Amino acid sequence: MALLRTTSPHLHGPQTTQHVMQQLLLATVPGLIALSWHFGWGSLINIVIASCTALACEATIVSLRKRPAWFYLRDCSALVTAVLIGLALPPLAPWWVVVVATTFAIVIAKHLYGGMGYNPFNPAMVGYVVVLVSFPVEMTTWPVAQSMLPDGLSTPGLWESIQVVFQFSGSAVDSYSSAYHSIDAYTAATPLDSFKHNNGLLAEQFYDQDAWFVGGRWAGAGWEWVNLGFLTGGCYLLYQRIFTWHAPVAMLSALSIMAWLNFDGGSSVSNGSASMHLLSGATMLGAFFIVTDPVTSAVSHTGRLIYGALIGVLIFVIRAWGNYPDAVAFAVLLMNFAAPFIDYYTLPRTYGHEKYGLGKKASTSQQSLDKD
Amino acid sequence: MFDNSFPTAAVQAPQYTAKIMQEFTVILISTILVNNFVLAQFLGLCPFMGVSNKLETAIGMASATTFVLTLAAISSYLVNTWILMPLGLTYLKTIAFILVIAVVVQFTKMFIEKTSPLLYRVLGVFLPLITTNCAVLGVALQNTAKSRSFMESGLYGFGAALGFSLVLILFSAMRERLTVADIPMPFQGAAIGMITAGLAALAFMGFAGLV
Repeated sequence: MALLRTTSPHLHGPQTTQHVMQQLLLATVPGLIALSWHFGWGSLINIVIASCTALACEATIVSLRKRPAWFYLRDCSALVTAVLIGLALPPLAPWWVVVVATTFAIVIAKHLYGGMGYNPFNPAMVGYVVVLVSFPVEMTTWPVAQSMLPDGLSTPGLWESIQVVFQFSGSAVDSYSSAYHSIDAYTAATPLDSFKHNNGLLAEQFYDQDAWFVGGRWAGAGWEWVNLGFLTGGCYLLYQRIFTWHAPVAMLSALSIMAWLNFDGGSSVSNGSASMHLLSGATMLGAFFIVTDPVTSAVSHTGRLIYGALIGVLIFVIRAWGNYPDAVAFAVLLMNFAAPFIDYYTLPRTYGHEKYGLGKKASTSQQSLDKD
Repeated sequence: MFDNSFPTAAVQAPQYTAKIMQEFTVILISTILVNNFVLAQFLGLCPFMGVSNKLETAIGMASATTFVLTLAAISSYLVNTWILMPLGLTYLKTIAFILVIAVVVQFTKMFIEKTSPLLYRVLGVFLPLITTNCAVLGVALQNTAKSRSFMESGLYGFGAALGFSLVLILFSAMRERLTVADIPMPFQGAAIGMITAGLAALAFMGFAGLV
């Protein structure tokens, strides 16, 4: 009887890259629904623009490198980057902000390093930070939540949103768009930003005055639902075993512990309660969709715990004491930079060998095996 | 006649110490993270690109540079305050500092050669090259330009060196990984190193405003 001989590995996981990426796209839906419900059509338009740009850039670069374009487009990784950028950018950001962010993410952060699997920095976060640093005004103009608008105003409809995003120059549209950008009723600094500049109010007073916190108790109207949406999506991905729990849990716990240690009960220089830090800004989007990126994070379980925890600490440090109101993108990029170093010192034990310690060469463990 | 609330030295001492400690922490955070010499002021890029191919070499280089930078910052302060300023020769400070740095580097070289011949061989040509590390001269010149005190100068040099070491070590671990990446032909080697340094600088911009 002839036995079929195959080389290792003999156990195959059913998960292909394409499957993982599709699950990830599916898991963004609850957060996207919450975003669209509270802030209008902007995020959806962002995602459409970003996806078209990402696919075009990916196809161009891959064909420049004389590789089969369809093979690379099929794995949906460019789409995931595009969707994350679309979710992270402010709804109703001008179209060119989205295009610049996506182009930078795909071309420079991903393909200059050889494409998917080689990029040391998370492409979506690189794109986001580039436009955040370059166009601060556009990036800090965030539409207010539906519930905060005064009577008689509602979030712009689909056609109006498209006109605002593409900055059409019709006379009627012009007046609308300039009104949109100038009237405070439509746009505001994000809850984290306004909490940071609370004009010396006690936290309780601030909660009673600020429109964001009148509409939503924990983290600002709309924002808590957006974050809960991403949390739901993240739990679905955990259930599907798309990633392990280590990095997101470490990040969220580190952030809560830092916030809890530094919270003074709500004075005027308070840094915000843990519930606000957990449910505001991009915390949940970061924890489940960015920090879990298998390419740019640390590899081993220990490594991922360290990686996630340091991201949580950095997010709090920059949010509380830095210039930027939200810090997920910066914290992730900083730890992406440190991830190879973490990997270097958290190598897991190879089966049949002693633990590879600091300064211990592989040959010494081989010798001790021989002695046994 | 005398205001009784005037603080005596005994009362003042702990507050004074706390203030000094706070000041020193600010200097360290500023030099290591916010105004990182490599990623924010773009000084010391030659060893940053040159010695970052292997992590172990980078760690050796980082510790040697830390030693040299701290010592050079202190000795250039001494030379400036006790020799150049009394003689009115401050216009010679660039040349004088280069001489000081070269002496410190030579001293470090002899020290490492005797204590760790292996590290000496690994570092090889890079050890004398610390002389040309612009961060070393940069720290000395900035210290005199901002007329920092003795302790501040030393701490500033130490902080700058720690920031340089942090970035160099992290960067070298990343570059080891980049050697196996499928990078397009025109970007291989130093080019992708520069792009990575740029992206890291982008990440370090997040620290703005910490101090």
